[in-house]
Amino acid sequence: MTYLLIILGICCFLCLYRIARGPTAADRAVATDILGILVVGFCGFFSLKAKQDWYMNIALIWALLGFIGAITLAKYLEGKHFDE
Amino acid sequence: MNEIGMVLLIIGVAFDLLGCIGIVRLPDVYNRLQASTKSVTLGTWLILLGVFFISGGFTAMGIKALICIFFIVLASPTAAHALARGAHISGVKLWEKSVCDKYEEDKSK
Amino acid sequence: MKMSKFVLFVILFLLWLLLTWTFNYQDVTIGLILSLFIAILMGDIFTEHPGKFKDIKRYLWMIAYIPYFFWYCILANFDVAYRVLHPKMPIKPGIVKVKTNLKSDAGRTFLANSITLTPGTLSVDITDEGYLYVHWINVKTIDIEEASKEIVAKFEYFLKHIYE
Repeated sequence: MTYLLIILGICCFLCLYRIARGPTAADRAVATDILGILVVGFCGFFSLKAKQDWYMNIALIWALLGFIGAITLAKYLEGKHFDE
Repeated sequence: MNEIGMVLLIIGVAFDLLGCIGIVRLPDVYNRLQASTKSVTLGTWLILLGVFFISGGFTAMGIKALICIFFIVLASPTAAHALARGAHISGVKLWEKSVCDKYEEDKSK
Repeated sequence: MKMSKFVLFVILFLLWLLLTWTFNYQDVTIGLILSLFIAILMGDIFTEHPGKFKDIKRYLWMIAYIPYFFWYCILANFDVAYRVLHPKMPIKPGIVKVKTNLKSDAGRTFLANSITLTPGTLSVDITDEGYLYVHWINVKTIDIEEASKEIVAKFEYFLKHIYE
């Protein structure tokens, strides 16, 4: 299970590479959204490793907040206010 | 139960890695969004399904993993759709070898 | 209007029971009070056709739709794997226009989400007349009719039974 966690860490570094290099703001927004979904997977692994179920609460809240963050970034890219 | 869960975890992590290779290799925003959304969403479903099996079925942890799968099914494609629309409206061009862009034609009318 | 509040109350209470997953009376009482409060406050804007929640047939179609959708999702991932790992990257992207016959908002939302998670397509925008703009990673045709047959038709049959 430790090896799987290391591979997930490599995934996160690939996303960070895209956030650092990305030529446009949209690339960075996409990589941030994907990073948010990867963190949900991390929380699942930690809940198995520590045998604590409250890690799954973090995963639930993170999924919802990542969704709202992605919508906010998309509205920012469109150049509109958040209630349109 | 444990073995099924472990296999699901391994397949899920493999799909996650695939999506992240896609996000580095592919040439423009829309292609990156395609590869990463599909692969990372399915990978995370499989990881959470593995958590459901390893934690022993219908316990508190397993039920929360199932609800988390439901949230991700609804949230992830919607976020991808919003990001693609935002990128196109903010003026990001398609890759230069693209075939056609009907959206640009209809927008400029 | 009253029916809409009741539907929201039932859904919220079931979600609370699943999230806590301990059936002692303190948790159940708090959940009952909270979901009643939210249902009275927000019930009117939840759904416009509460009568649709009573139809058993739609749930059966929904259950039949899940494995069909999951199969296409797995196919999509192997497609992505082939395109990403191939050294020359065999992609031919473009944005095409397709037409859907679905009328309801929920149906169109689920159609757009299904298109995003299936092989090689990503929905970009939708108009009020029912035209969808779809980013296609391997464009086979730019004609509206043929592209609709290729992308939309395989889900429309199921979604028409679920949402209309």
